Amino acid sequence: MFDFTEEEIKRYSRHIILPEIGGTGQSKLKKARVLCVGLGGLGSPVALYLAAAGIGTLGLIDMDKVDISNLQRQVIHSTKDIGRLKVESAKEKIKAINPGVTVNTYTEAISSKNVKEVIAGYDIVIDGCDNFATRYLVNDACFFAGKPNVYGSVFRFEGRASLFCKEGPCYRCMHPHPPPPGEVPSCEEAGVLGVLPGIIGVIQATEAIKHILGIGRSLKGRLLLYDALDMSFREVKIKKDRNCPLCGDNQTVKDLIDYKQFCGLK
Amino acid sequence: MKTLDIKGEVCPYTFVKTKLALEHIKGSDTLKVITDHMPAVDNVSRSCSNEGHEIVSSKKINDTDWEIVIRKKLS
Ligand SMILES: [Zn+2]
Repeated sequence: MFDFTEEEIKRYSRHIILPEIGGTGQSKLKKARVLCVGLGGLGSPVALYLAAAGIGTLGLIDMDKVDISNLQRQVIHSTKDIGRLKVESAKEKIKAINPGVTVNTYTEAISSKNVKEVIAGYDIVIDGCDNFATRYLVNDACFFAGKPNVYGSVFRFEGRASLFCKEGPCYRCMHPHPPPPGEVPSCEEAGVLGVLPGIIGVIQATEAIKHILGIGRSLKGRLLLYDALDMSFREVKIKKDRNCPLCGDNQTVKDLIDYKQFCGLK
Repeated sequence: MKTLDIKGEVCPYTFVKTKLALEHIKGSDTLKVITDHMPAVDNVSRSCSNEGHEIVSSKKINDTDWEIVIRKKLS
């Protein structure tokens, strides 16, 4: 028999009932290890829903503390958490939703020195970061480690999501190198509609769950674009670029790069 | 034939537990389910049929219990 407790059978019954999931799928979720990079606007819904879904192990990496300006969109944190480490605040909410989830927290700044080691312990990475330096670092580290990377980003009223993995394109296939700091909107310009990361984060969580279960059609090779003002989705095909500096024929990015952090587009 | 006693369970857990047991048995073996929840006789049978399993028989076996015999579909 599956090694579910009575409590787990009831907790996950709405999953188990689905022919596409069943006990077999729920076991896969329980065995899965997912790393959430960033516990901000995107990471909040990602962590909440993955915990509820019964992902066995969640890794949370974020060095920041909760600030009052985060609470407009980072729904895993509460007013009482202001000043606490985001990973600690998030861990408490995850455990409250589902005590069965094992939570590992990392509060070091993510860099070329530690990213490989952290990623190595997980099956899939969810990029919920808010800066280019981390986005490229996570993309490159996932490529080198052969781990799928669920990408999401939000800016003003628009969001994007995709899945980067071995068989498909990577982030650098779309954007080979980070933009120069001057071309990136400043923090003050980078407003964001509070509900937007909720929508994009839930899409990222959905892609992670589908990938673990091996069901449906993934966002591999597709960039999903969401416009909240127009309330519309569209998608753009993204191809693996033979000239990609990372995954192309003439690889020039052969090691992890620590780009200078600069304020920027989420 | 394996027997699954789910007396005391109500819907939808009657089906959830039946489904888990069916996932676990091999090939196209049969599973005997014992329930004391009358609506489950219909519900479990219907849900199992919807998933492609075959209801071999279903009958009342005493004052309180029903027995449903299900043959697992070949995957
Ligand atoms: Zn690439």
